[in-house]
Amino acid sequence: MASAPTWQKSALQVERERARRQRSFRSFVIATVSTVVLLGLVVWAVLSSPGWPSVRATFFSWPDAEASFPAIARGFLVNIKMFLIAEPLILLVGLGVALSRGTRSAVMFPLRALAVIYVDLFRGVPTLLLVYLVGFGLPALQLQGVPVDAFALGLIALTLSYGAYVAEVIRAGIESVHPDQRAAARSLGLSESQTTRSVVLPQALRRVTPPLLNDFVSLQKDTSLIAVLGLTPAEALRQANVYTSFHFNYTPLLVAAVFFIALTIPLARFTDWLGNRALARQHSAGPA
Amino acid sequence: MNLASRPTGRLGVAALAGVFMLAVSACAPNDSNGSPTGTPPPSSANAGTSGSPCAKPNLNLIKPGTLTIATDSPAYDPWFSHNDPTNGKGFESAVAYAVANQMGFSAQQVSWVDEPFNKSFAPGAKDFDFDINQISITSSRAKVVDFSDGYYQVDQAAIVLKSSPYAGVTSIAALKGATIGAQIGTTSLLAAQNVISPTHEVAVFDDTNSAKQALLNGQIDAIIADLPTAFYISAAQIPGSTILGQFPSSSGTPEEFGMLFQKGNSLVGCVDKAISALKNDGSLAKIQHRWLSQDVNVPELH
Repeated sequence: MASAPTWQKSALQVERERARRQRSFRSFVIATVSTVVLLGLVVWAVLSSPGWPSVRATFFSWPDAEASFPAIARGFLVNIKMFLIAEPLILLVGLGVALSRGTRSAVMFPLRALAVIYVDLFRGVPTLLLVYLVGFGLPALQLQGVPVDAFALGLIALTLSYGAYVAEVIRAGIESVHPDQRAAARSLGLSESQTTRSVVLPQALRRVTPPLLNDFVSLQKDTSLIAVLGLTPAEALRQANVYTSFHFNYTPLLVAAVFFIALTIPLARFTDWLGNRALARQHSAGPA
Repeated sequence: MNLASRPTGRLGVAALAGVFMLAVSACAPNDSNGSPTGTPPPSSANAGTSGSPCAKPNLNLIKPGTLTIATDSPAYDPWFSHNDPTNGKGFESAVAYAVANQMGFSAQQVSWVDEPFNKSFAPGAKDFDFDINQISITSSRAKVVDFSDGYYQVDQAAIVLKSSPYAGVTSIAALKGATIGAQIGTTSLLAAQNVISPTHEVAVFDDTNSAKQALLNGQIDAIIADLPTAFYISAAQIPGSTILGQFPSSSGTPEEFGMLFQKGNSLVGCVDKAISALKNDGSLAKIQHRWLSQDVNVPELH
């Protein structure tokens, strides 16, 4: 086998690569220095302000963070529990309402009208008001079978509020599926409901996953609204507030914030990842 | 990431730094207003050496010539009346005007501002001379703000519906199994947690209104509140409710409401003087008698 002379970089190529490395190193140094200077100035501006000592004492007090931590951690379990139960319920309500709005037959008109009214009403009402209305108003009716438990009532309020948002997101997803898809499915002999189930919904739900997760990040934080009902055991933000109001120190609120962030950041990264994956799949699709 | 490698990058960095310096100088502390942590301007407290430091012209006030008093909104009965602190009705409104009068201010020279409880202890300058809002004096709070001497000694009481299974209860121990509600930030909540230490966690409400609704709905069995509030709830607000009894006051130092000041406010001493004068001449007791129920028949829970 005739061995070709091994390929060697030309002097020009070596020089080119050296210059490239040098440039990227310089860029790195400049970016680092610029970032450090910027952060340094921010930190300096905060730390040198006349009010910083009192802000540090009331917002960043380590002893108060430590003292309030156990109660807040205990409370955060309530947030997680509520979030985990509410999420599937909300998906169910949202899907049901979105599908109701998509019906076409005349006999379904009342259902369609109801779905429109529900979305308009519950998306427009502030969630906190809904929590009060359901949490204190519903049991005041003294009807048989209505729960008095603050947790269950809070769950109902959150589901009603977020169900309306999620219904709109899912409806947008359904409408984003091209009509040709439906037509093609129908021409293949699939019934209306089969088309919806096997052709439209799979595409629609995949498309709306990022905005749905976005709503759920929001839901995680709004679980703290249920505290106004005197939820027992109290959730994280209320636990923090109890400490804050007793000791006139805001640090526990930051501790609670850290808990919420620790939960929402992974979910946000997961959402990004899902979105990127969907995008990559779309772009790498085979011949049309 | 593309880290500006073109020669114009340097210009960009310079521009960025320039913009940022501008931003920093824009939010630099503004000293012209006098920082809250600084010493009071010489024109007020220190200048008038001729008169007493508590003479009206010598007081260090937020607004010269006016005593600016804060309370939360809504202002609840019986501490205030009809959510209007300016009418002089209700215990705390009456006390505030009496103190102002003692310090030489006419009713017209008193001005009220709304101050949410949660904001009253925030760091930074305050827009009131003092805040009167049923705030209990505690040592941990006193690290952050200054308090006047107490103007009211607080007792805690339990309220239940007359139809409740807990209606006939005479001891604190019997409330252990009940679902108890109390308002956040109050020593009533502390009492509920520490004195009763119920098996269910105490339900914490934003205000007594929410607690009242929960009691009516059967969501909680009892409310713990200060005695005057308990009287007001049982007598005027929830017809079917009753005061079960008051907590034994034997435990530790008596709890008192005090007025809240910016930490280091030189006005505290002058307000204290006014309060002690009102105590000594019996005016404070009279105001209390006028605005707070003096029912002595409330049994003590044991």
